[in-house]
Amino acid sequence: MSIQAAISAGRIVPPPRYVEDVVRVAMVLTMFWGIAAFLAGVVIAAQLVCPELSFDSPYLTFGRLRPLHTSAAIFAFGGTALIGTSFHVVQRTCRASLFGGAPLGWFVLFGYQLFIVVAASGYLLGITQSKEYAEPEWYADLWLTVVWIAYLIAYAGTIIKRVEPHIYVANWFYLAFIITIAMLHLVNNMAIPVSYVGSKSYSAWSGVQDAMIQWWYGHNAVGFFLTAAFLGMMYYFIPKAANRPVYSYRLSIVHFWSLVFMYIWAGPHHLHYTSLPDWAQTLGMVFSVMLWMPSWGGMINGLMTLSGAWDKLRTDPGLRFSVTAVGFYGMATFEGPVMSIKAVNSLSHYTDWTIGHVHSGALGWVAFIVFGTMYYLVPKLWNRRGMWSTRLISWHYWIATLGIVLYITAMWVSGIMQGLMWRAYDELGFLQYSFVETVAAMKPFYVIRLLGGVGFLSGGLIMAYNMWRTIRMEAVEASVAARPVLAA
Amino acid sequence: MFIRHETIEKNVILMMVLTLITVSIGGLVQIIPLFTIESTIERVDGMRPYSPLELAGRNIYVREGCYLCHSQQIRPFKDEVERYGHYSLAAESIYDRPFQWGSKRTGPDLARVGGRYSNDWHVAHLGSPRAVVPESVMPAYPFLAERSLAYGDIADHLRALRALGTPYSDEMIKNARADLEAQADPDADPTGLLKRYPRAVVAKFNQGTDGITEMDALVAYLQMLGTLVKFSDLPPERLRQ
Repeated sequence: MSIQAAISAGRIVPPPRYVEDVVRVAMVLTMFWGIAAFLAGVVIAAQLVCPELSFDSPYLTFGRLRPLHTSAAIFAFGGTALIGTSFHVVQRTCRASLFGGAPLGWFVLFGYQLFIVVAASGYLLGITQSKEYAEPEWYADLWLTVVWIAYLIAYAGTIIKRVEPHIYVANWFYLAFIITIAMLHLVNNMAIPVSYVGSKSYSAWSGVQDAMIQWWYGHNAVGFFLTAAFLGMMYYFIPKAANRPVYSYRLSIVHFWSLVFMYIWAGPHHLHYTSLPDWAQTLGMVFSVMLWMPSWGGMINGLMTLSGAWDKLRTDPGLRFSVTAVGFYGMATFEGPVMSIKAVNSLSHYTDWTIGHVHSGALGWVAFIVFGTMYYLVPKLWNRRGMWSTRLISWHYWIATLGIVLYITAMWVSGIMQGLMWRAYDELGFLQYSFVETVAAMKPFYVIRLLGGVGFLSGGLIMAYNMWRTIRMEAVEASVAARPVLAA
Repeated sequence: MFIRHETIEKNVILMMVLTLITVSIGGLVQIIPLFTIESTIERVDGMRPYSPLELAGRNIYVREGCYLCHSQQIRPFKDEVERYGHYSLAAESIYDRPFQWGSKRTGPDLARVGGRYSNDWHVAHLGSPRAVVPESVMPAYPFLAERSLAYGDIADHLRALRALGTPYSDEMIKNARADLEAQADPDADPTGLLKRYPRAVVAKFNQGTDGITEMDALVAYLQMLGTLVKFSDLPPERLRQ
């Protein structure tokens, strides 16, 4: 019996009309924000080599551009990718169209874009709460809260109206991300504005409590925004691209619950040896070390999904991105626990080692899993036979990988070197180096880091070009089997 | 009590509730005790809320993102204590909303920079860092010396902080503007200011300009950092957390 006949006989329920325009636009915006974030990163990396590049302008100082870079990378590039892919994944794994339909989808996507634009333009004008990764001021925070609630309603609503009996594992992760970010955002951003017509506010928390709350937020922005949510992406797109089921269902249960439980405790490792009481530091360290296990549970589940399909890595450079991303995820989640050990942290804290660690996660894991996903998803969404050029995907892969390697090795060396120089004593028992000598010693590594960043940016531009050409290609005729939605 | 995972997997509300409970525990255990355990904040003398000019300067420090390259948190290591001074106390940031401990030292720690350099050094360095420290990678902030400080609403700032718990008195709020102007004017009578804000540094920080500039406020803030607690007459047992 053909599928068409089965549908008309009522033996197969045709899938609903999915909301796809929102996802398409989100993919284009993700590409745009990616380029913007990489470019901002290259600019501030260049400023650390050549500080005159702020041109004595108040709008171009490192202090104002750095939040622009981090927000563009995490919230604009990462966040838009998550909204787009989560809408795609939740509809398909639930076999239900988006709750609230296209209007709610558009509201979430463009409401979020408005938040980004308001926050980013504020940074250049010096409007900031000065909490890392929570810089937007109170009015932007309130707006984000509205958008986020709409996001939760759209997402959970779609799951509620699902046809599939089980909620697929990718959705657990996306859902945990949405819920936890809401909790963190609300608590960390508690503030009172000086005036309702002005931008300035003061934090409801102060001093040591504020520090703890900020890093409870900050570390779990990493844990839930940059990890859990992107694991959701991994759990859908790697099995799809490899055409293999997830390696272990049991492992996904164990690592999901242990990951979401343990991540929340890890914040104090950002505050080792500070005025935060020791008991809190030790708790943070212990949980950070334990976190290694659930993190690697996720890595193993992702990598082993490739069992029997490893040959695809040779022919599908898009999948190569995703798999390399999982590799970087494993590396960064090993490095993190090591750095959270107090003895190691006493050396690494305040140095470039931290910057390198963040970038092996942000470039290697987050950006690569997004690239891998997009190389799979863009042709699907626009109904093309594939990406315009596979060769260009390969070029992107190697240039970006080389860029990351240059970046993180430069930061390892400069970070460890600076940490050692700060604590070095000469034979007479005096501090061996003045602070500024340690700054001067960083210069060659800042040049190498800049080169790495330029490589990563170039890869992004290649991808944008490839994506543009793909969208301009002719659509393939959809068969009924491939897209039964047309038969409905 | 044992729930089959299948039950959770089929009920999104249950899954959301369990997730929320799971992610709440760590934060509750780590954050609430910091508000309830009294020894979290060491009992030291000398801490006071920021004077209006210092507060305005601090807001410029925040606005320019100085915390992205400068920490204000000295760790209890031999080299740090020798380089920067006594390790930082929780008590020293009780009036910091938000805290400025930072996470990266592209430049040196500033927790105790107050009084280490002259006002003129700070003005020259902020305006053109490499004129003073050739190897520096700090951006130049020449515009701070030219811009007038906007402080018309300084009393509102004190009121907002008082609403959050900073102990600004009615008298401090009433005199906010006058205190701000007095601190930047060495010819004014500082008695009231110093009574309300002991150890405040009074000076025309940014020499050669009329009126109060953003540079005046920022330098006033930098010059008080880490100077409030006198460690010489502080018994070690008072530092126990």
